[in-house]
Amino acid sequence: MPDETESQSETPLLEVKDLKVHFPVYGGVFRRVVDHVRAVDGVSFKVGKGTTVGLVGESGSGKTTIGRAIVKLTHVTAGKIFYCGNEITPLNRNRFFPYRKKIQMIFQDPFNSLNPRMRVESIIGEALDIHFPGMSRSERRDRSADLLRQVGLEPRHLERYPHEFSGGQRQRIGIARALAVEPEFIVCDEPVSALDVSVQAAIVNLLQDLQQQLGLTYLFIAHDLAVVEHISDDVLVMTEGKIVEQATAREIYESPRHDYTKKLLAAVPKF
Amino acid sequence: MTRRKGMFRQVLERPLGVVVLSVLGLFYLIALFADFLSPYETSDQDLQKTYHPPTAVFWDDGGLQVQRYELADPEVMGYAKIEGEGAPIQFFARGFEYRLLGLIPMDRHLFQVEAPDRIFLLGSDETGRDNFSRLLFGSRISLSIGLVGISIIMVFGFMIGGFAGYFGGFFDSVTMRFIELVMAIPGLYLLLVLRSTFPEHLSPAQTFFLIVLILSFLAWGGTARIIRGMTLSLRNRQFVLAAEVLGQSSWKIIWKHILPNVFSYLIVAASLSIPGFILGEAALSFLGLGIQEPSASWGLMLSQAQDMKVFMLNFWWLLIPAAAIFVTVIAFNVLGDVLRDIVDPKQKFLNR
Ligand SMILES: Nc1ncnc2c1ncn2[C@@H]1O[C@H](COP(=O)(O)OP(=O)(O)OP(=O)(O)O)[C@@H](O)[C@H]1O
Ligand SMILES: [Mg+2]
Repeated sequence: MPDETESQSETPLLEVKDLKVHFPVYGGVFRRVVDHVRAVDGVSFKVGKGTTVGLVGESGSGKTTIGRAIVKLTHVTAGKIFYCGNEITPLNRNRFFPYRKKIQMIFQDPFNSLNPRMRVESIIGEALDIHFPGMSRSERRDRSADLLRQVGLEPRHLERYPHEFSGGQRQRIGIARALAVEPEFIVCDEPVSALDVSVQAAIVNLLQDLQQQLGLTYLFIAHDLAVVEHISDDVLVMTEGKIVEQATAREIYESPRHDYTKKLLAAVPKF
Repeated sequence: MTRRKGMFRQVLERPLGVVVLSVLGLFYLIALFADFLSPYETSDQDLQKTYHPPTAVFWDDGGLQVQRYELADPEVMGYAKIEGEGAPIQFFARGFEYRLLGLIPMDRHLFQVEAPDRIFLLGSDETGRDNFSRLLFGSRISLSIGLVGISIIMVFGFMIGGFAGYFGGFFDSVTMRFIELVMAIPGLYLLLVLRSTFPEHLSPAQTFFLIVLILSFLAWGGTARIIRGMTLSLRNRQFVLAAEVLGQSSWKIIWKHILPNVFSYLIVAASLSIPGFILGEAALSFLGLGIQEPSASWGLMLSQAQDMKVFMLNFWWLLIPAAAIFVTVIAFNVLGDVLRDIVDPKQKFLNR
């Protein structure tokens, strides 16, 4: 874990400045814009290289929307996002393409994030196809097998379809797909919320191991503090589109300042 | 969405599906081998034997015989049997030349009788042509028009519906308003208007494709709308988003992620429009705007049965093409329903 002073002097890997994402609300007979949902309303934070920043908040607070804005799955109403000091917000599809290899995402719902009609081999192969077009078929297969091993599955699983796996295994496949492009930064959007408690720890540990081996940087989204506190260096607490508290994991846990954080903490089961 | 078992297998697990598939299978086999099964060509006339009733067949002299008839009452085209006289039916004998399945040159036919006798299993029409042969040849048009039609509809319905749903925006609004416009105009009028913008006399092949194109134009909208709706919901599924985050191109996302997940719906939506093609062709040919002589089609045969004589003198056999259209359309409707039931049991998307 890099110490405080070091991570602050370098340019952070990711920096979000005053990000706003508003969605229009249509109403009336003519489906005119009658209002906006301020899903994200002026959010700023930094993520240092090799660290994990946790993002917590209740359902609907805008966590996913922040993650999606970073990977350009949604528009940005105002504000700027920098990656390695370069502003990526105004880039068009083609100019953003190189960042697709650097920034990846792991999705919330493992039952929904794998195409049910594709074998694992094609699911992972698709990522390799896009970013390593020179790979031969057998190289691609070998690499996919390696990736499966890396996430704790076996090469024979390549032949299978998603429905043949459990939720935890599917999430591992989703992780392998994200790792396939050899990214630096991964947005983990509630990667364990949909899983059994017993499986959750295994996946969180896997993510931590991978971070150490590969020097990854995470934005780790969750709705309960327990998971985030365990994996994160810094924690952002969010409600109604705004960040209400920002501190190290320990500070948050030991001396929460904001009422909302206290509320979240009270919900964490004590062991 | 569980389609682990093939769709075909699932159809065969349902009694209705088996019945309908057998009927259609039989029809298509007959259409395929129409030239072998027909004793006469579609334009083969015999002006001595117009409006001949179906000929009786009996057993004599160790073989099947066709009853001979004489014209007893020319006023009402009344034919009477000549008792005891028949012509032997020859099996696999030589007749008119054709290419089996369009490939193998042949001149053998399943059955026929030697001229000047004629066998009219389903009677003859106003110029003494064999109704049975014409029905078989006519089935080729009616049965193929739907298949050609759904291939066109599947391609256009998917491309337009898929793009509209995936990209949204201007293209989406324009195409959807256009589809609503086309759907708002009663089909038959639009069919006639479109047909009248083209020359009346075309070669049989040109006519066929013109009809298919016009009918596809009328029918693709429904399929496109269903595909658009499904694409719209697939578009926000996480595996599609994951492909976007990987940097996959929109075309490939539509091809690899959307198409396989809407394909069974595409087949069903398209197959539900087959009856429309059959009826549309029949309507155009009935009005003299479709298939022309010397080709035969069920619609054309019906239009030739419009003569008052047919009704006054009860030449019922000339209305058999209507029964054929009826059975085929019902069969395709039922097949479409069975397929829809398999693919979309809750009827969320494929409502009619
Ligand atoms: N595409 C969209 N169009 C309109 N509103 C949206 C859209 N996406 C998100 N929202 C709204 O923005 C708000 C924040 O949504 P978001 O998905 O970011 O919440 P979240 O914190 O991830 O919640 P959860 O924990 O349930 O995943 C919600 O009120 C949601 O309804
Ligand atoms: Mg979310």
